[in-house]
Amino acid sequence: MLDLLTDLASSPIAASPSFNTIFQNIMKGLIFDIKHYAIHDGPGIRQTIFFKGCPLSCWWCHNPESQSSRVETYTKKKRLDGRLFEKQEKIGYYIEADELFRTIESDTIFYDESAGGVTFSGGEPLMQPQFLGEIAQKSHRAKIHTALDTSGYASQRTLLKVLEYIDLVLYDLKIIDDELHRKYTGVSNKVILENLELLNQSGKDVRVRFPVIPGITDTSTNLQQVQSYLTQLNQIKNIDILDYHDISRGKYERFGKENKMGDQRPGPGVTEEIKQQFENLGYQVSIGG
Amino acid sequence: MNQRIEKLRNQSLEAVNRITSERGMLVTEFYKNGKASASSIPVQRAKAFEYILSNKAICINEGELIVGERGPEPKATPTYPEINLHSVEDLDILDSREKVSFKVDEQTRKDYEQVIIPYWKGRTQRERIFRHLSPEWINAYEAGVFTEFQEQRAPGHTVAGKQVFEKGMLDWIEEIHAALSHLDELNDPEAPRKRDELEAMEIVARAMIHYAERHSDKLREMAESTQDTQRKGELENMAAICRRVPAHAPQTLHEALQHYWFIHLGVITELNPWDSFNPGRLDQHLNPLFQKEQQAGSIDRDQAVELLESFWVKFNNHPSPPKVGVTAQESNTYTDFALINVGGLDERGHDATNEMTYILLDVIEEMRILQPSSMVQVSKKSPDRLLKRTAQITQTGFGQPSYFNTDAIIQELLRQGKDIEDARNGGASGCVETGAFGKERYILTGYFNLNKVLEVTLHNGTDPRSGKKIGIETGEPDSFQTFEALFEAFQKQLRFFTEVKLRGNNIIEDLYARFMPVPFLSLIIDDCISNGQDYNAGGARYNTSYVQGVGIGSLTDNLTALEYHVFDRKDVSMAQMMEAINSNFDGHEQLRYNMIYETPKYGNDDDYADKHTVKIFDAFYESINGKPTARGGVFRINLLPTTSHVYFGSVIEAMPDGRKAHEPLSEGISPVQGTDRKGPTAVVQSAAKIDHLKTGGTLLNQKFSPSFFNDEAGVEKFVRLIRSYFKMDGHHIQFNVVDADTLREAQKHPEKYEDLIVRVAGYSDYFNDLGTDLQNEIIKRTEHETL
Repeated sequence: MLDLLTDLASSPIAASPSFNTIFQNIMKGLIFDIKHYAIHDGPGIRQTIFFKGCPLSCWWCHNPESQSSRVETYTKKKRLDGRLFEKQEKIGYYIEADELFRTIESDTIFYDESAGGVTFSGGEPLMQPQFLGEIAQKSHRAKIHTALDTSGYASQRTLLKVLEYIDLVLYDLKIIDDELHRKYTGVSNKVILENLELLNQSGKDVRVRFPVIPGITDTSTNLQQVQSYLTQLNQIKNIDILDYHDISRGKYERFGKENKMGDQRPGPGVTEEIKQQFENLGYQVSIGG
Repeated sequence: MNQRIEKLRNQSLEAVNRITSERGMLVTEFYKNGKASASSIPVQRAKAFEYILSNKAICINEGELIVGERGPEPKATPTYPEINLHSVEDLDILDSREKVSFKVDEQTRKDYEQVIIPYWKGRTQRERIFRHLSPEWINAYEAGVFTEFQEQRAPGHTVAGKQVFEKGMLDWIEEIHAALSHLDELNDPEAPRKRDELEAMEIVARAMIHYAERHSDKLREMAESTQDTQRKGELENMAAICRRVPAHAPQTLHEALQHYWFIHLGVITELNPWDSFNPGRLDQHLNPLFQKEQQAGSIDRDQAVELLESFWVKFNNHPSPPKVGVTAQESNTYTDFALINVGGLDERGHDATNEMTYILLDVIEEMRILQPSSMVQVSKKSPDRLLKRTAQITQTGFGQPSYFNTDAIIQELLRQGKDIEDARNGGASGCVETGAFGKERYILTGYFNLNKVLEVTLHNGTDPRSGKKIGIETGEPDSFQTFEALFEAFQKQLRFFTEVKLRGNNIIEDLYARFMPVPFLSLIIDDCISNGQDYNAGGARYNTSYVQGVGIGSLTDNLTALEYHVFDRKDVSMAQMMEAINSNFDGHEQLRYNMIYETPKYGNDDDYADKHTVKIFDAFYESINGKPTARGGVFRINLLPTTSHVYFGSVIEAMPDGRKAHEPLSEGISPVQGTDRKGPTAVVQSAAKIDHLKTGGTLLNQKFSPSFFNDEAGVEKFVRLIRSYFKMDGHHIQFNVVDADTLREAQKHPEKYEDLIVRVAGYSDYFNDLGTDLQNEIIKRTEHETL
């Protein structure tokens, strides 16, 4: 059964937001990592749960292993005493909400002390709305602060359903021009922009995250468009600027994925300059989240 | 720092360690001339002290504001032949070894050959001790099951309490007279012995006053002959100060520092007490004087900093006296362990942070020297500002100050039966050891090699290195049908070796009480005077003897590997495991790989492994805690290694966790190097599973990349991490900020640095998982971030 599900999950309909609801009662969540002492994914000390599967395929993706909605394998290579050990390792595993919640809850002392909490990231958590809803609800009921780190690519209905249990949304805004958005992320931004407008109305705590990708998002046209778009959204006050780094190059090699970014690096001072621009418009801006 | 301090600091850093025979010769002359031989042992010791202080060279360094050196010049380190006698070969090793050498000149060698060795051979405390110890003790000691501090150094380990800053020698002499007047030879059979001890105390108090006066005379002489009018004024002032203190209680900041320094010199000249004495809660002691003077306008902040920095240099001028025998070659920690405490609570239980706390933190940051070491006491009442200020210093990559949990320290002391005010006035000293400052003798008796006990268990009582039977027979390894049976055998061995250790400790404690009283140290620790009893004979208000457990992280991983693979999964048989470790994994590389990478490990908040940590802790605790010592004290445990995890590793062959023969063990309660893969929250969760409050200190080391602190939010989260650990009753945590060299090492030996997380951009990743280019870039960046 699991095989069937994973096959389905990676098929084109997996991107359709209603997909998961069909299997709501039998699916566990598919995640690929849990990060403790996560300190860049929202306020305080957090645990970040990385969901596996993403409808987007951004060129600069930091977690290329998060894109596929199926459990993948790769060859883990480790050197010990000069000898190379190779082992087939799985990326991603299914986990029940109860078990995941126990892990989340185990760090409560840190959340309490630091006003932290749990962040659902990925991948795209909204691709598993049923599971996300369940784990977010459990956390929320336990008075653990919940953050959703999302691309926004999901149906309104899905978003609204989950939102009830989410205290903070970390919302990626990348490119305004739809043509370019399709080129660099693989999907149209129509639903993404609509959802952000919806969030703007919802009264939820939202931080927009803008990744500075050299030659792609940091062009003067895109910057202007992003800024003028955001000024229409009167409830958005906070912006995190994420600077691009080719940290993930090693990952692309390790997992045998194609890296379209090559050796791109941001020019010196670009991130600071963009921060300044947003600040001039009256936003609270932080670099790195 | 100003020019004067820069100069003094450089002089201290550049001064070469050398052995001086000055003290050795004086103490030999004193005993040889036999004038005191009719006196009681305490009086003999007191007169020896007096003889040394009256005849040793007075050293006053150019430009310094606080005076007094233990040797004839900075870093000239005396010897204590009455305790341990260096042979000519020892001196040669000290002179020529690569790490932390001590130069030995021709005259010193001659003094040793012709005077010191011929007199002391056969008469030293060390020889006396070894004559009394059992063959079981010797076997275990030689195999590296434990070490023994007191075989080479006198029992010290205590810290100045506030009374040291509130009283002078003349006040103590008055107390001695009062105690003498209360002696009742009719009803107290101990009275004659008390009289001897009190007389000895008076002799050393007067000797100390005289020693200060000798400095005063020399300072006046120098003032008269100098052409420099500014220095002349300073020297005159210093001469006046040395007339007042330590005879009287200090009235100014300058007097307080000079006063303490003379007392410090007294303690470390009398004998070589392990873990050098220190001024304890320095911000508490100094702040009232500083505030008074500041209000009167007689001192400003800069002047206070200058005095304190001059004081700091004095500690750094005094390396720890080197040991003899095999350790002369192997041991390379030769700092003493003066640990300045700041922050914490006052005796009424209020936050004690004050202006002096922050001044001292500035001094610590600016001086960046090995000694004195420093720590910050953090209670739940301490302001965040204190932690944030300290984090700024941590970030610079200087291992100091370390962070201590005041609330845990107080509970530990209360559990041991101390009064609440004494507990609040306490702190930690040495590495992490809890003590009631000014009121407790809390000696460390030696490190205990927990993993060696498992190795001996796995060889049915035999040490595989020597083939010698050093333990008891608890069964061949393949006879254990369950993990519980194996653990029970381990526990039996553990009880056997701890008993051997404690028996030895009691013999040694008794020998020090009888043959090596320390009247000077007794003067300043409550209640030796009123009890008429020496510090080494149980005269202090509280007496504790610690055994320091080492390698609990490694032992957890070893037991976990055995349970997981041999008993639970049964994918490795005991015979295979034994063959693999007996052959140092030669031909068993895959098995070793599985032990390292396919086995639960301590430090990841994984109960499969961590339950063993708790079991080991409980077994160790139960075998030691609460047993009585020879002179009225109680045995307790703590978990700290200093550098013994390296030595202890060197005497153990390969172990089930994949560690190869002779490699270092885990230190303190930290995970085995590189095995904590879930970040610092998981590490502190694992570490907090043991009951810290039942110890007298635990040590947790964490590696941190400097980039974690480079913005306000990062510092804030770092502070919250510490607060969380302390909420869980964690005793201590210190942060080694990773430097570029460490990162280069990690590139070469990734398996040892699996835990290394670095912040890259807006997020962090394991260093090992980064591509080489990026690793190189981070190395470059780290070089900028640390100093």
